[in-house]
Amino acid sequence: MTKLKRRTVLKGMAAAGAGLAFGAPAIAQAGPIRLGFLTVKTGPLASGGIQMEQGLTLFLKDHGYKLGGRQVEVFTGDTGGSPAVTRTKLQEMVERDKIHCMIGPLDTASALAVDDYIRSAELPTMSVAAAENMTQRNPNPWFVRGTSTSAQCAYAAADYAVKDLKWKRMGTIADDIAYGHEMCAGFQRVAEESGAKIVQKLWPPLVSPDYGTYIAQLKTNLDGLFIGFAGSNGYKWVHQLTEYGLASKVKMIGGMTAIDESLFKAMGDEALGLVSACWYSAAIDTPTNKKFVAEMNKEYGADPGFYAAATNVEGAVLEAAVKAVDGKVEDKPAFMKALRATNVADTVRGPVKFDDLGNIIGNVYIRKVEKKDGKLWNTVVKTYPNVSQFWTYNEKEFLAQPVYSRDYPPAKNLE
Amino acid sequence: MQFWVIQTLNSVALGGLLFLLSSGFSLIFGLMRMPNLAHGAFFMLGAYLGVTAMTASGLTLWWGVLAGGIAVAVFGGFLERFILRALAGNEQGQVLVTLGVSFIVADICLLTWGGDPVPIPAPLALRRPIFFEGLAFPTYRLVVLGLAVVVAVLLHLLINRTRLGAMIRAGVDDMQMARGIGIPVSLLFTVVFCLGAALAGAGGVIGGPIMGAYPGLDADMLPLALVVVILGGVGSLLGAFVGSLIIGFIYNFGTALFPDLAYVILFLPMVLVLVFLPQGLFGRTLR
Amino acid sequence: MNRIATTVVAAALLLVLPWVAGNDFYINLASQILIYAIFALSLNLLVGFGGMTSLGHAAYLGIAAYACAWFVTHAGLGQLPAAILALLLTTLTAAVFGVLSLRATGLGFLMITLALGQIVWGMAYRWTDLTGGDNGMKLGARPAPFGIDIAQPVPFYYFSAIAFALSFFCLWRVAHSPFGASLQGSRDQPRRMRMLGHHVWMIQFAAFVMAGFWAGIAGLMYVYYNQFVSPNVLALQQSAEVLLMSILGGASAFSGPIVGAVIITLVKNVVSSYVERWNTLLGAIFVITVIFMPEGLVPGCRRLWRRFRGTGLAKPAAAKIEAKSP
Repeated sequence: MTKLKRRTVLKGMAAAGAGLAFGAPAIAQAGPIRLGFLTVKTGPLASGGIQMEQGLTLFLKDHGYKLGGRQVEVFTGDTGGSPAVTRTKLQEMVERDKIHCMIGPLDTASALAVDDYIRSAELPTMSVAAAENMTQRNPNPWFVRGTSTSAQCAYAAADYAVKDLKWKRMGTIADDIAYGHEMCAGFQRVAEESGAKIVQKLWPPLVSPDYGTYIAQLKTNLDGLFIGFAGSNGYKWVHQLTEYGLASKVKMIGGMTAIDESLFKAMGDEALGLVSACWYSAAIDTPTNKKFVAEMNKEYGADPGFYAAATNVEGAVLEAAVKAVDGKVEDKPAFMKALRATNVADTVRGPVKFDDLGNIIGNVYIRKVEKKDGKLWNTVVKTYPNVSQFWTYNEKEFLAQPVYSRDYPPAKNLE
Repeated sequence: MQFWVIQTLNSVALGGLLFLLSSGFSLIFGLMRMPNLAHGAFFMLGAYLGVTAMTASGLTLWWGVLAGGIAVAVFGGFLERFILRALAGNEQGQVLVTLGVSFIVADICLLTWGGDPVPIPAPLALRRPIFFEGLAFPTYRLVVLGLAVVVAVLLHLLINRTRLGAMIRAGVDDMQMARGIGIPVSLLFTVVFCLGAALAGAGGVIGGPIMGAYPGLDADMLPLALVVVILGGVGSLLGAFVGSLIIGFIYNFGTALFPDLAYVILFLPMVLVLVFLPQGLFGRTLR
Repeated sequence: MNRIATTVVAAALLLVLPWVAGNDFYINLASQILIYAIFALSLNLLVGFGGMTSLGHAAYLGIAAYACAWFVTHAGLGQLPAAILALLLTTLTAAVFGVLSLRATGLGFLMITLALGQIVWGMAYRWTDLTGGDNGMKLGARPAPFGIDIAQPVPFYYFSAIAFALSFFCLWRVAHSPFGASLQGSRDQPRRMRMLGHHVWMIQFAAFVMAGFWAGIAGLMYVYYNQFVSPNVLALQQSAEVLLMSILGGASAFSGPIVGAVIITLVKNVVSSYVERWNTLLGAIFVITVIFMPEGLVPGCRRLWRRFRGTGLAKPAAAKIEAKSP
């Protein structure tokens, strides 16, 4: 597995530097762009975090570790999914390594923990984490998010579940973390406003080796179940459900990380037919994406999923912004403005642009797992274009309400 | 109704798995007077080694169990012989060393197998659920329970019907006397430590289809082993068995009914037992 | 070694550090080391002087940190009242836990402290309504003692240095007082102490509560530094780390835990960027220390120094961490 070790990057830089010495324009290079990269390489979210690194490495390799004419040096930090460690690593990177900007972190909790530090350090951040409030009621001016808020894809999932799958009585089950809470809240809101009812909400802890307890509590008369798992928990849930003979009886629709390409190897045929909503799929039929998928397979032997695509998209955003400021990332306000003004039509996920609060407006895809040429794909069955973090709601009204949480919006139809 | 039945079955199955984990822990604790804080790491290491053996050879779970158990037993033997023995008599030092070893093992596992959880497939024949009065229950979990009972019986026979068992019991009861009448205590320590490690390692593979192998598995399992053994009584096999079942029930029903207090429910009994009944339900005094 | 000279040198070093370190990162690192040094010193009162090895000491650091954050953010209290209440709560918890833990000695004590620590961790982790669970709790701003702003690294460093100096001084006085002597006596010869009329339980209980209090001070410093607290500060790993700091440096020497804190914090923060397997390194340090230098680095080095100078004893006067039966 290729790792972004500092030594490797430095070697690459030395080589590039040697190349520059011969026939480079007479403009003084101001040193490399120092890019901080916070990911999770240990713990329950590790599978995603490792893919994040792969996606970013691939992107930078494609561009020869150069963006906007300037060399890029990457500083990687493993946060272990722990908010406290995230803070420490970020401080290290800002104070010791003097990074210009950052990609990451992965998990919502860590993003919330470093929110105030990002502000005081004035660090342009391209976030993967889905924390809603960072681009809503407590907007961080240094934030852009090219992935999605927690609920952004859940809205589409609910819409599809009620209108296309015709589900009326639904339940939700998600990891008991901010990400899970916000996702289910969004799902519940759209579902109930479309006339369906959420009759059960289950919250297993993020690290739950055994879902038996929750399987036992599942109501038997649900039309469908929304599963909002992160990391590899989606696979564990489906697998254990199969063990209880219920996988064929319980219809499910997944959130953006539950049925991820990174889990296909482990899930095998248990994944067939599973529907989910996400802003990416390896099956998106554009030349840019096809190239990305082919390269990921060549380098790492697996299809890209949510996590690899996330860093790839953020890389594209970074590239566009760096080009817009002519490589001068030190001018923070201008760089930030350029980041927010990004409007790239062709990334691996499709078009990318940001709203005034720095969150993405882009496509959300409903995908269904199918087998083609002996391989599993998240085939796109429906596309919701131009989805913003506010769905169809009025921005002002939305922001006046409290942030989504375990208990908001209140679930009035629980049985 | 469905909830109660499935939860009960789950609890009993979890109890079976916990017994496999904690029987070794209880033996080591009872004889060597020290809680082996690397026991969770043994469990995890066994799971990883077992699944690697299975993928490399293409054989089914049971061979993985054998591989995991033997490999961890060997590792435990080295640990006991070269590290623990250097601290003979210094039980607290031994405890701390096992803690350090658990850090090392956990990190090496992370290095070798990566941060991604590794699934461990159950044997094909056991993957379909058993149907019982309209309720489905995973066959494999019942098999785990059955295995636990078999292991319990075998261990019981070992401890109570063999010379080795007699020596172990003598050592647990009164170490000085045992030494006095010529029992090779050092050798016994190694044997028991290896046995305990083997049980943990095999347990890791057996529990694999339910839990998988992932970084942090050791930290999840060790507290459970601690609670079971403290509750049931150190050095007592019956205590480990009963304790495992009790904890299985408390864990399952507790998590379902009082999710906010999940850990409190687990550790409060341990504290109460330690404070008011230090020898546990069936064991010797823990002093 | 001339004690006054050492103190003066140490104080001078502490004062000059920000200029020597240069980088904000290293100044912050120094603040962290000082905070963990207070934490390790508090535990050492129990482990080194009291002979009671605890694997649940992180509970007091965590409770103080969480309580302070909660009082400020959720109860709207001012910084000083919040700090005082947090310390009160921590000390109370230490008292209750002390009563429970001291029902046993040696291994039993170890297990009870471990279990109690796990309970507190479990509550922080799962009782999301109160603690925010995995998301942790933020502290909006650092306090301004006597109106001085400590938001920047350098002022905060001096604040930590003062806190450290005060804690060191107080703990030193306790350890070298008649109480400290009777504590060590209770560690070595409890039966004799009882015969002499000392109330061993009371002495050990007092030490337990004091250790909890000072860990609470470290907890307050922790939350001021990070402006954030999450359940992993209460995990077994944290209790193990602080125990390692105490043992590594040398439980019997007063400066031991400080040395331990320096080494462990440096390993965690600095070495971990260059050596990916720092957890293994930590575990290895643990194992090697316990086997080869059970008395710790400071006494071990002193011994080697004495042997080198030729004035040493033939055998090390090691104060091993051993379980003593009553």
